Amino acid sequence: MRRVRALLIAAAAVALTAGASDPSERLPDQAQEARARTLFKEVRCLVCQNESIDDSEAQLAGDLRRIVREQVKAGRSDAQIRDFLVERYGEFVLLKPRFSGGNAVLWLAPVGVLLVGGVLMAGLLRRRETPEPALSQDEEERVRRLLEGD
Amino acid sequence: MIVELGAFALILSLLLSVAQTGLSAVGGARRSPVLAGAGRGAALATFLALLVSFAALIYAFVTSDFSVANVAANSHTDKPMLYKVAGAWGSHEGSMLLWCLVLTGYGAAMAFFGDSLPPRLRAYAIAVQGALGVLFLAYTVFASNPLARLLDAPIEGRSLNPLLQDPALAFHPPFLYAGYVGFSVVYSLSLAALIEGRIDAAWARWVRPWTLAAWSLLTVGITLGAFWAYYELGWGGWWFWDPVENASFMPWLIGAALLHSAIVTERRGALPGWTAFLALAAYTFSMLGAFLVRSGVLTSVHAFAVDPTRGVLLLIMMGVAAGAGFLLFGIRAPSLNRGGQFRPISRESAIVLNNILLSTATAVVLLGTLYPLIREAMDGEAVSVGAPFFNLTFTPLMILAFAVLPAGPLLAWKRGDAKGVARKLWIVLALAALLGLIAYAVVQPRKALASGGLVVGFWLIGGALLEMGERLKLFRASVAESLRRARGLPRGAWGTTLAHAGLGVFVLGASFETAWRVEAAQALSLNGSQPLGAYTVTLTDVVTVEGPNFLAERGIVTVTNKVGAEVCRAAPERRFYPTGAQTTSEVAICAKGLDDIYVVMGERRAGEGGKPAWLVRAYVNPWVRLIFLGPLLMAIGGIVSLSDRRVRLGVGRRTGEATS
Repeated sequence: MRRVRALLIAAAAVALTAGASDPSERLPDQAQEARARTLFKEVRCLVCQNESIDDSEAQLAGDLRRIVREQVKAGRSDAQIRDFLVERYGEFVLLKPRFSGGNAVLWLAPVGVLLVGGVLMAGLLRRRETPEPALSQDEEERVRRLLEGD
Repeated sequence: MIVELGAFALILSLLLSVAQTGLSAVGGARRSPVLAGAGRGAALATFLALLVSFAALIYAFVTSDFSVANVAANSHTDKPMLYKVAGAWGSHEGSMLLWCLVLTGYGAAMAFFGDSLPPRLRAYAIAVQGALGVLFLAYTVFASNPLARLLDAPIEGRSLNPLLQDPALAFHPPFLYAGYVGFSVVYSLSLAALIEGRIDAAWARWVRPWTLAAWSLLTVGITLGAFWAYYELGWGGWWFWDPVENASFMPWLIGAALLHSAIVTERRGALPGWTAFLALAAYTFSMLGAFLVRSGVLTSVHAFAVDPTRGVLLLIMMGVAAGAGFLLFGIRAPSLNRGGQFRPISRESAIVLNNILLSTATAVVLLGTLYPLIREAMDGEAVSVGAPFFNLTFTPLMILAFAVLPAGPLLAWKRGDAKGVARKLWIVLALAALLGLIAYAVVQPRKALASGGLVVGFWLIGGALLEMGERLKLFRASVAESLRRARGLPRGAWGTTLAHAGLGVFVLGASFETAWRVEAAQALSLNGSQPLGAYTVTLTDVVTVEGPNFLAERGIVTVTNKVGAEVCRAAPERRFYPTGAQTTSEVAICAKGLDDIYVVMGERRAGEGGKPAWLVRAYVNPWVRLIFLGPLLMAIGGIVSLSDRRVRLGVGRRTGEATS
């Protein structure tokens, strides 16, 4: 039984690695490592559900981290690394869609909605500038009665 | 036998909710108290029947009756009792039954407690609530019966995903659903009022407590979910902008907008149409959330296409309910009374601004969540929209909202005094800025953006406290006078202060934790140690333990401070569940005031000289407790407001209020 248990635990150990913080993956240069970690947050672990490669413990995420770290080490810029990843894996790999082509709608919509809201509010306020209608004689009478009855 | 009884009760509740709809609708139209009363009786009976059905499902789970398909797929004899019970709502079928239970529960509450509602409005609202019940119950009975039997009962069940075997997650769905489905009441009230063609202050007075209740419960539900993610997923994240999270966040945002606009409609009779619109939207977003989560459309469009039956049905139900609501709204909106007038600088304007920002934020979350589907449908391109997008678009909107928030409650209705409010608030702004500067100077490494976040947090808390101080005339009147005012103050005022301060508390925690968390990860052999900020983390021992349904490797990790004194002893585990061949990591957390020391046990690997070593990850998460405390304060604020006698009794203002 004990051996079975040890085996089970060993199997379990293989199943997961430790995400971006794994010391065996780290770059020696701290500034480069920090840059790589920032980039990781923007790169999707392609086989995971909405996880960045910074968080993911999947094998593929480890591979992607290695690629990004190598490129950072080779002195390529963030934009170059992103382009490289997109060329290789498609737009899907970026968690922050690029502002280009079909994605303009996505980035401009928040501003658009806010503008529409602003225009509506301005309209609402302008309409309110008109004075409140005066009370009719009947209403005046009711107000008087209410006030006196209080 | 009990399971059959439950299945029977489920079908009975469907029939009863048909009766509830018909009787209440006719009772309302003919102004017949007898028929309306019968409708109310049917509403109560529907709920009772479902209660029986739900109890039968729990019974099947507790007794591990694997002849029930749902139990066989989601339970296991070894599972601890709490998770057997929670398994009843852990699956698709069970969660839909829970949805129905809550839906009919709210219907019964309207029938039971709604005596002060105008009779006709009440009858119509119960009819609409019944119609919603018919939709969801028919779905449960015909497409997702949780009590369906298997012909060949397996000997053992397939168990519940071990990640979900957690106390926070056991209670997460009931709160979430109580919140989600709570918005069905405001939807029904809104539709009933639109049928009558009358939306006024009295109606808003009814909408507000239900919104408050639903929103507060939803807040608790979402917070439980975030807390679960924080300690269960193993890297300390608490919000991922995951589609499933977004699905619950959208009704929350709309609910928050509705809470505020309902106040305007109640106090000033203004914005009736907009408030009704939000009431319809809140439940629509709840249903959208259920569809997104339950249809599988978000995990993958292809998974959806493989078995589209349920997804399509949910989509149709959502379309019918939302379509009917918005259609009627479109017909009736032009004829609605416009209500009271107000100036650009007034509390009404501040709330309108709040609503615009919250609605825009909801639109951003909605678009970001659905955008991958839209792109895929449009040009087949697969794109991802993740946390970086939402951080960049959602956060500025919220900062804008937070910037004006403290001014709102200080402004007078109708016509506010901008200068007067500025005179009161400048001291808060100065203090918040000072505290932010101190944080910038003192906390290492220096971070300008996060320090700015702290300023926002202090500004919100300070603003909330100042508003309360103003109401109490603190430091301006005698202590006795302030005390007298505190006693006379309506509970709603305390609720506002709590909720707004809670938001500030959350912002403080989120800014601080995100910017200044410290991380350390090294493979440690026994008695090996690594530095973690001001602490030292030592792996003192590793033992093997056997749980009820798992095996685990447990590390004994000692955390010491600079002078070598022990700060805490943590016991993180790495668990293996043989049933599903799944490994999970059980995080150990030491709470130090507002901070957490968060320790994760990693895999075994070969260390120096062939000695076994374990990857030990440790984090200091500063002020992380505030992230969960803040929303809790907001929920408590909601509940406190709910206990306000004006809300409870549905009567007008009576107590003398100082500043409103």
